[in-house]
Amino acid sequence: MAMKSTNQKAWFFVLPVVVLVAFNALIPLMTVVNYSVQETFGNNVFFFEGVKWFEDVLHSERFHASLLRQLSFTGIILVIEIPLGVAIALTMPQKGFWVSVCLVLMALPLLIPWNVVGAMWNIFALPDIGLLGRMINGIGIDYNFTQDPTAAWFTTILMDVWHWTSLVVLLAYAGLRSIPEAYYQAAKIDGAGSWAVFRHIQLPKMKRVLTIAILLRFMDSFMIYTEPFVLTGGGPGNATTFLSIDLVKIALGQFDLGPAAAMSLIYFLIVLLLCWVFYTLMMKDEDQ
Amino acid sequence: MKKATWLVPTIYILFLMLPIYWLLNMSFKTTNEILGAFTLWPQDFTFENYMTIFTDPTWYNGYLHSLNYVVINTVISVSAALPAAYAFSRYSFLGDKHLFFWLLTNRMAPPAVFALPFFQLYSAANLFDTPIAVALAHCLFNIPLAVWILEGFMSGVPKELDETAYVDGYSFPRFFVKIFIPTIAAGIGVAAFFCFMFSWVELLLAKTLTSVAAKPIAATMTRTASTSGYELGLLAAAGALTIIPGAFVIYFVRNHIAKGFALGRV
Repeated sequence: MAMKSTNQKAWFFVLPVVVLVAFNALIPLMTVVNYSVQETFGNNVFFFEGVKWFEDVLHSERFHASLLRQLSFTGIILVIEIPLGVAIALTMPQKGFWVSVCLVLMALPLLIPWNVVGAMWNIFALPDIGLLGRMINGIGIDYNFTQDPTAAWFTTILMDVWHWTSLVVLLAYAGLRSIPEAYYQAAKIDGAGSWAVFRHIQLPKMKRVLTIAILLRFMDSFMIYTEPFVLTGGGPGNATTFLSIDLVKIALGQFDLGPAAAMSLIYFLIVLLLCWVFYTLMMKDEDQ
Repeated sequence: MKKATWLVPTIYILFLMLPIYWLLNMSFKTTNEILGAFTLWPQDFTFENYMTIFTDPTWYNGYLHSLNYVVINTVISVSAALPAAYAFSRYSFLGDKHLFFWLLTNRMAPPAVFALPFFQLYSAANLFDTPIAVALAHCLFNIPLAVWILEGFMSGVPKELDETAYVDGYSFPRFFVKIFIPTIAAGIGVAAFFCFMFSWVELLLAKTLTSVAAKPIAATMTRTASTSGYELGLLAAAGALTIIPGAFVIYFVRNHIAKGFALGRV
């Protein structure tokens, strides 16, 4: 890439974006910061509490449990979706009519509103009226995701794999398409097997899109709310109460604004920190 | 080995289609049949659920509201992101890297964190329950994404294009509209697709910021499900109809997705 020229007037170009995003980001963020250091008993009367809520949240077992569930969930879906997405992209047709068919059908789950995804999986997996529930019970496994935590986790993960693997497929496929035909011919002349082609040509070329795929899937799965809320309601018990679900329960269910705000900030900082580490590694790699 | 490769995508697509088939199946059944018997296809085929949606304004208005704010958001996001992405791809300026990362951090903000403050902010701004409120709120995550995608595409266009245009006597606005935008049309298509997608599927903020006049279809569904008992057939029909706009958009950008991603750095 050519060197960029320094031009401070470029700020005028970014101004509309900065204004729009700052309006949506800074004012609500300051509201949250404001709540997080105060106690209220309603009637708009507030008392300054300092960092009490932060200490409470950081020491609360409930928060630790939600965070652990969140990390496990995100870890599991990344481990499943990324390799699966790459495998499907590798086996997709290269050209012709079937490419369009595959792309359109695969992208379909991505454009379904999230609560519809939850509702759809609810009626699909219910043991009495759902096809999946009937099938699993039919092969002799006792399955009821509204009662059994393991089944609830299985269903939530399966739903997420159903919902989001296509994003990885689309990105990986686009990465594969950018590899010039000459690379493959050269590999053929060298007598490289399909594993060698994958390891030394396809994987390096997909690196950038895969970083984006992992980053997007990490962020979105860490913030997941609507789909599991509609599917399981966070249950049975608290089995699938991820961070966002827990947060909304505290903020809107119990209306504990102070603790909810403190938890929001801690939650946001965790996402930020993990993404910053990731982003730095990604940029460092690119500079080399 | 070589012959069996078509199997993987086929099985995957079958897996994707099963829950959608089940939703369609239910949408053509009466509630009695859904709860009464387990049937793989509708025995008592009915269009009643769809008729209800198309004749009841609270239902069909939900679709119009959703489409309304999604289109407004896509237009705002892409048009604001275009000059910004150009600046990021062509110039270095004070704080550019920090600004870029700050924009991306907003894509990482969990909507659950912002739900309550957003309600207060847009109420105070007298925008509560308008499509503009939802469209602006969705800018929080769509503008950073659009800037990110467009910057990738623009960096793929050699700088010589700009310089040649100036030598040929183009002014900057004329160059941007006449030459640059057509060059990155695929990128604009991809960015618009993602803005449309994330605005269409988001519910938490959209639900928080509306009550009647701009209530999105997805929220209409949840409320109807809880107030008038368990009308599963109706719910399934409403859900099935929310798939259509998305399918439409995918069909139009299907060639851009593969080609577009490959062109840009994205």
